[in-house]
Amino acid sequence: MALLEIQNLTKSFRGLTAVNNVSFEVNEGEIVSLIGPNGAGKTTIFNCINQFFPITSGDIRFQGKSIKGMKTWQICKLGIGRTFQVVKPLARMTVMDNVTASSFCRVKSIAEARAQAERVLEFCNLISEKDKLARSLPIGGRKRLEIARALATQPKLLLLDETAAGLNPSELDEAIELIRKIKQSGTAILVVEHIMKVIMSISDRIHAISFGQTIAEGTPEEVANNKAVIEAYLGEENA
Amino acid sequence: MQKKNIASIVALVIAIAFPLVVRSSYYQHLVIISLMWVIIGSSWNLLAGYTGQVSFGHAIFFGVGAYTAGLCVTQLGISAWWGMLFGGLTAMLAGLFVGWVCFRLRGPYFALATLAGGEIFRLIATNWESLTEGMVGILIIQTFKSKLPYYYIVLVLALSCILVIRLIMKSKWGYYFVSIREDQDAAESLGINTTLYKNISLLVSSFFTGMAGAFYMNYMAFIDPEVVFSLHFISIMAILVGIVGGVATIWGPAVGAFIMVGLQETFRSSFFGLAPEWISQAHALAFGLLVIFVIMYLPNGVVGDWQKIKRYVFRVKPAA
Repeated sequence: MALLEIQNLTKSFRGLTAVNNVSFEVNEGEIVSLIGPNGAGKTTIFNCINQFFPITSGDIRFQGKSIKGMKTWQICKLGIGRTFQVVKPLARMTVMDNVTASSFCRVKSIAEARAQAERVLEFCNLISEKDKLARSLPIGGRKRLEIARALATQPKLLLLDETAAGLNPSELDEAIELIRKIKQSGTAILVVEHIMKVIMSISDRIHAISFGQTIAEGTPEEVANNKAVIEAYLGEENA
Repeated sequence: MQKKNIASIVALVIAIAFPLVVRSSYYQHLVIISLMWVIIGSSWNLLAGYTGQVSFGHAIFFGVGAYTAGLCVTQLGISAWWGMLFGGLTAMLAGLFVGWVCFRLRGPYFALATLAGGEIFRLIATNWESLTEGMVGILIIQTFKSKLPYYYIVLVLALSCILVIRLIMKSKWGYYFVSIREDQDAAESLGINTTLYKNISLLVSSFFTGMAGAFYMNYMAFIDPEVVFSLHFISIMAILVGIVGGVATIWGPAVGAFIMVGLQETFRSSFFGLAPEWISQAHALAFGLLVIFVIMYLPNGVVGDWQKIKRYVFRVKPAA
């Protein structure tokens, strides 16, 4: 049984079908990348998994149990953490308080929450910024804060939405290293990403979608050489 | 830390000794009313300042609390002091209802819904004459001739209100409230049941505001819907107290309460009889100007921007 199973997921907004009959799974300890051109429906799938939107049809199962119709906060309690593409720092709280607030997802006391927040910030290389206000962080720091906050909820599965977008090359290498470290600690990761360098170096498997439909699936090499994928990204005449 | 402790003890001693030293019942009255506003302002601040759910309808809870105390006398024939207990509880019930309706909305829409809610409660209290006596209002007999008992009761209430809010803000609830204020979607995705915690904040806030309302009934011995459910005198005043003193600070609303009550009284009495009488009509104008000034120059209120005030007024250089 896979950790996360997406079964024939369809999401329509009135007439527009943003995600059409998509199925894939994420196994424990695995990194799966979701790729596709802009507007392919990647973030919509994330929003369906953590139940920001009700899904139109199909099913999403986590550890064998359907999570359809649950509340967003319940999804987090189950063990699915997420980051946002457009980062949502709790701006007027310190970095430490951001992570402490999310630590309460698993721990009860203030002392435990702060201790865990310290550990997570250390892990994400943010400990030197811990007393700064979240809004004073540059984009690279904010992206790492998103990850730190999600990790503090002790997820079994982490959804990373374009964590590497907007980073400079050295920040990019740090991000890749951080994602690898998270995988080593046993957390499965589902990644939405555009930057090929990141996808190719971290993914165990890739699932490619275009216009809401699956066009390819497999190892990074298989997908990179897939005709449909090249078509979707570069147009038909280049394929 | 030492210095802070000494300052708190001194402040407490002054607060306890004040009515024993200042025997003028006029000044005692002003401080009693200010302390009542400390309670309302702090409660409003918990919901609006810390949790980010700006309420334009705190008169609902104040009025429900006040009427509960009044109805204890007229309907149940028991002491209006029972209203101090029941008033908090009925205000919480009103809070549950307001939350159930208004928390479906966010931001300014929530604020407008609470504004409408306040007017609805005022109209109910005005028109349900068999229960509330309508515009005739409720008149009771004051328990104490002296102002001293009232002073100490409201002082204890105000201190416990601030203390409880302080404890809450240092707990998990506090972290959750501020997270919800900063970004409700992010909070929800961090495992925070935002609906539940917004309601908790609202219930605590309405409880204390209801107690303040019940105290008002006991102290003033007369209420009518136009006073206790007033948009202008209660709901807006609660916001002014919070904004002037400092939103999302523990002591801000307390400071704001004394400033606003002082200002209100200064205008009401035409600058203690020194200015021509027409100036008492200008208090709404003065409040408006004050709010514009505070928002432009002291967006975090007197307490929140205290360093800034020190710098400009006292010419103190910021610590390097």
